[in-house]
Amino acid sequence: MRSGVYAAMFKREYTLAFRQKAELVQPLVFFVLVVSLFPLGVGPSPEILQRIGPGVIWVAAILSSLLGMERLFRDDFQNGWLEQLALTDASLAGLMAIKVFTHWLVSFVPLVIVSPLLALFLNLTEPMYWALLATLAIGTPLISLVGAIAVGLTMGLNRGGVLLALLLIPLFIPLLIFATSAIESAAMQLSYMPQLAILGALLLLAFAFTPFAISYAVRVSLN
Amino acid sequence: MSLEAVNLSCVRRDRVLFEQQSFTLNAGELTYLLGENGAGKTSLLRILIGFVEPAAGQVLYGGSAITHSDVRRKFNAELIYIGHKSAVDPHASAFENSRFWCAQHGVSVTQELIYSVLATLGLVGLEDIPCGQLSAGQNRRVALARLWFKATAKVWVLDEPFTALDVKGIELLERHIEAFLARGGSVILTSHQPLSHLTGWRPLELEYRL
Repeated sequence: MRSGVYAAMFKREYTLAFRQKAELVQPLVFFVLVVSLFPLGVGPSPEILQRIGPGVIWVAAILSSLLGMERLFRDDFQNGWLEQLALTDASLAGLMAIKVFTHWLVSFVPLVIVSPLLALFLNLTEPMYWALLATLAIGTPLISLVGAIAVGLTMGLNRGGVLLALLLIPLFIPLLIFATSAIESAAMQLSYMPQLAILGALLLLAFAFTPFAISYAVRVSLN
Repeated sequence: MSLEAVNLSCVRRDRVLFEQQSFTLNAGELTYLLGENGAGKTSLLRILIGFVEPAAGQVLYGGSAITHSDVRRKFNAELIYIGHKSAVDPHASAFENSRFWCAQHGVSVTQELIYSVLATLGLVGLEDIPCGQLSAGQNRRVALARLWFKATAKVWVLDEPFTALDVKGIELLERHIEAFLARGGSVILTSHQPLSHLTGWRPLELEYRL
């Protein structure tokens, strides 16, 4: 019966995400627009773009994720659904893990899908593109998991958006450093497995601990 | 199974809302929580269902503290809580909201049952419209439908259930509460309107304290 409860959670989250298409598309368009500003701003020289490309894409990904992150718990907190979730026969940590997974699926997977286009804008070479894809695949779930803790803590506040950014951006610095360094290694035809391994380790750590931290944050906000 | 409050105290923002509140919700009994705005009625209900930690005292279900995970699971399985916030998503229809809630709470319902309960609540023809387009009273009815779905519940905790309901809606809900009490359920509710049909309730008064 408990697995049914988790499946129900996924189904609801997934259905409701696609009811608010504007909220899904906005961060994605923001991401594409920010990245496309750089060739205009710093000039179309292919070497410079290739040099700054990985950093630009990653910074844009982090900023656009903050934009979409806020709505992770906002609606469910305001309409009281989180209260009802806390009273079900399932662990809140497990339910939160599913919530974050669904959020990642609908907001980051499209971002990974449009990334070839951006790689083209910024003149990334093919090895750099594969490295970018690998770092996005490992790094974006990490953003979702860690971000959800801060969203859980700030959802009770009105206008928590800026606070959320201030709390989270410093936490994403290690992610940014290892992700861009992986892509730079790829640009120089070097192995980027060590950086990926570190990102992977961070992700596994996040998998293990963040669901509990998120559910605790949610309980604090319900109090 | 009875829900029991033992010496509960609640402090909010350095203000003592209430102290040493002890009472028991017995089977078949309706407890009517009274008090002015800000007296701590909602806080008391939220302590009862375990959302808020009391400053002192504890809540027992069937004689054991609800903070125990086994007791918590049993309590969750036998509790319906309807708070100020109705937990009705404006982007989903009345039917979907009901189905989501039932699935989430492990209540197995057929499609026909959902439609018939929504019909009982006067929502015929509105089942598939997003709840954001329904009135406040109709949204309230969608939330209250849970009281019809979950037949295994033994305790209802209702915070202002009559808000936004019309006269007919209030009567319908009061009759439903009456039937639930007759089946041996126990109910605690707050309301600023006097109860018109329900009788035999036990008052529990909270005083507003400075």
